Amino acid sequence: MKQRFKPPKWTRVLLYILLIAGAIFYLLPIYMLVATSLKSYAEVKLSTMWSIPGGFHLDSFRQAWFGDPTKGTLGLSSNFINSLKLAIPATIISAMLGSINGYVFSKWKFRGSDVIFTLILFGMFIPYQSVLIPLVQTLQTFSRTLRPVLNEIMAWKAPELLGWLPALIATYIPMYGTIGGLVMVHVIYGIPITTLIFRNYYAAIPDELLEASKIDGAGFGGIYRYILFPISMPAFVVVLIWQFTSIWNEFLFATVITNKADVQPITVALNNLAGSFIVEWNVQMAGALMAAIPTLLVYILLGRYFMRGLLAGSLKG
Amino acid sequence: MRRLDKDRLTAILFITPSVVAILLFVYGFIGWTGWASLLKWNDLAMIAKGKLFPDVPFAGMDNFIRLLTLDQRFQVDLRNTVVFTLTFIVACLGLGLMMAILLDQKVKGEALFRGIFLFPMAVSFIVTGVVWRWLLNPGNSSTGPVGVNLLFKNLGLGFFQSAWYTNPEVGFIQPDSAIGGFLNSIGLDFITTAKFGVPFAILSVVLAATWQMSGYTMAMYLAGLRGVPEELREAARVDGATEFQVYRSIILPLLKPITLSAIIILGHISLKIFDLVSSMTGPGPAFATDVPAYYMFDTVFRGNHFARGAAIAIIILLSVAVLVVPYLISNMRSEVKQ
Repeated sequence: MKQRFKPPKWTRVLLYILLIAGAIFYLLPIYMLVATSLKSYAEVKLSTMWSIPGGFHLDSFRQAWFGDPTKGTLGLSSNFINSLKLAIPATIISAMLGSINGYVFSKWKFRGSDVIFTLILFGMFIPYQSVLIPLVQTLQTFSRTLRPVLNEIMAWKAPELLGWLPALIATYIPMYGTIGGLVMVHVIYGIPITTLIFRNYYAAIPDELLEASKIDGAGFGGIYRYILFPISMPAFVVVLIWQFTSIWNEFLFATVITNKADVQPITVALNNLAGSFIVEWNVQMAGALMAAIPTLLVYILLGRYFMRGLLAGSLKG
Repeated sequence: MRRLDKDRLTAILFITPSVVAILLFVYGFIGWTGWASLLKWNDLAMIAKGKLFPDVPFAGMDNFIRLLTLDQRFQVDLRNTVVFTLTFIVACLGLGLMMAILLDQKVKGEALFRGIFLFPMAVSFIVTGVVWRWLLNPGNSSTGPVGVNLLFKNLGLGFFQSAWYTNPEVGFIQPDSAIGGFLNSIGLDFITTAKFGVPFAILSVVLAATWQMSGYTMAMYLAGLRGVPEELREAARVDGATEFQVYRSIILPLLKPITLSAIIILGHISLKIFDLVSSMTGPGPAFATDVPAYYMFDTVFRGNHFARGAAIAIIILLSVAVLVVPYLISNMRSEVKQ
């Protein structure tokens, strides 16, 4: 349908003014982050914090990333890598678990499965404060049990080819104060949302499709492998994005479980940086931008799927 | 038939690890926290080395009674969390609905605006806290105004400058005002105290939280608005309804379920909010921005008052459960019906 040209009425003008005012409100903090990060040291002054940067300098960014040896501050680079080491495996494992669970709760319902599903769903809403003390106690018990094993592994003279193995095990062994411990926690508390998204996705797939292949002799595994999994990509993308974003941004578990700077994810390190009196505000801004960039990139590139994850979170599949 | 039974068993086998994990890490741990909240467990020495459970005597309901009747900080926290939750929900619903209605007017560049309104959802509360801490930093005598205050000054809007999250004042109904006098006269004099007031500092945290989450309600409302059939609007317009009336009597009533969902989601976020407070303000002046989740973290992991922390956690859990459980149950029922 072709729209006839309509002269702008004052309501239309007001509409755009309001929308632009809204956009300014949402963009203001990002402007500050980016502008500050791009300024040179000579330019960063609190009194000119809103001025446009005079060039492309990245001085603050560099200091946030590498740290400042003269002040003894650590850079965020290692924490950034810790966050990747945490978020990538945890995201992949939760997606796989969620897919299997969603498959069972939508296509292999049994008596009581809906009740169990609702009980699992409640885990999505609990305030994690209510599991924090037992969680730390449990992970510390894991530590006490696994530490001797870990020491044994670390002492093992690995052959040249497997030299990387002990360090990898040390990183991912699930206990208090390791990235592996955090991975485990995120996988477990990610079960409700990932199961929900996959269940809703699979529920929309007609049962007749499954019945046909059941007659052809396909079983539990066959139906998943040959029918559901190949068409699961959209749900996987939604879950991967959702989990990656939440795990990358998470703070409470990370700050409680990782007590040493060399294993802390970037949110914890940024919070420490912001609480430090010797780190200037411009370096804090650059650190904040650094912590925000990966999830912002995901949002900009895959925003459509991000939206779907959000709306799934509101329980409307 | 045998084949099917084997498959059913396999299916149950596959979800068993997840179900066991949730039973232990959600329900088991909640029970454990509940038990810990009933103990006299308020220092580190009581965790016997190598023991999973502390060996300490019972305190009964003492921890709860102390929190709810004696603990000044917790009383302030309860007030703060109520103020935070109410203002946060109202702000997000209002702003989100307004933005959604504006975007529903066939605007040019809708996708761009939508993207801009929603992107704060993608960043961490820690990032939000760190940035807004500087934006709403009132500055001091040596720095002069900074952040938003500086912006207001530069724009000639100096009267908007504020002490933001450093403002220790609490606004409440003054007992010597007309309304205050009336409340006092009918025996409701407890309302005319700071305990029932609004700590101004926490509104800065609400502002930051609204910046982050209002795009979410916008997205939910926009999805709802798109679901309203065009014929319905057209029919109302044919009947002579103005655009305002179309929204008021046709569209807004249809959005009620979305508002309910949004209240549940925003409410459970705000009742347990921790990251944002932690990175933006901490407890604030006279605990003006302190919240139960922050107190819990503080008292357990800095003060080793495990039992008190556990009791706070249980109170937070109950407040969330009151909000969420009826919603979950009704959701399950409506699904069974389908």
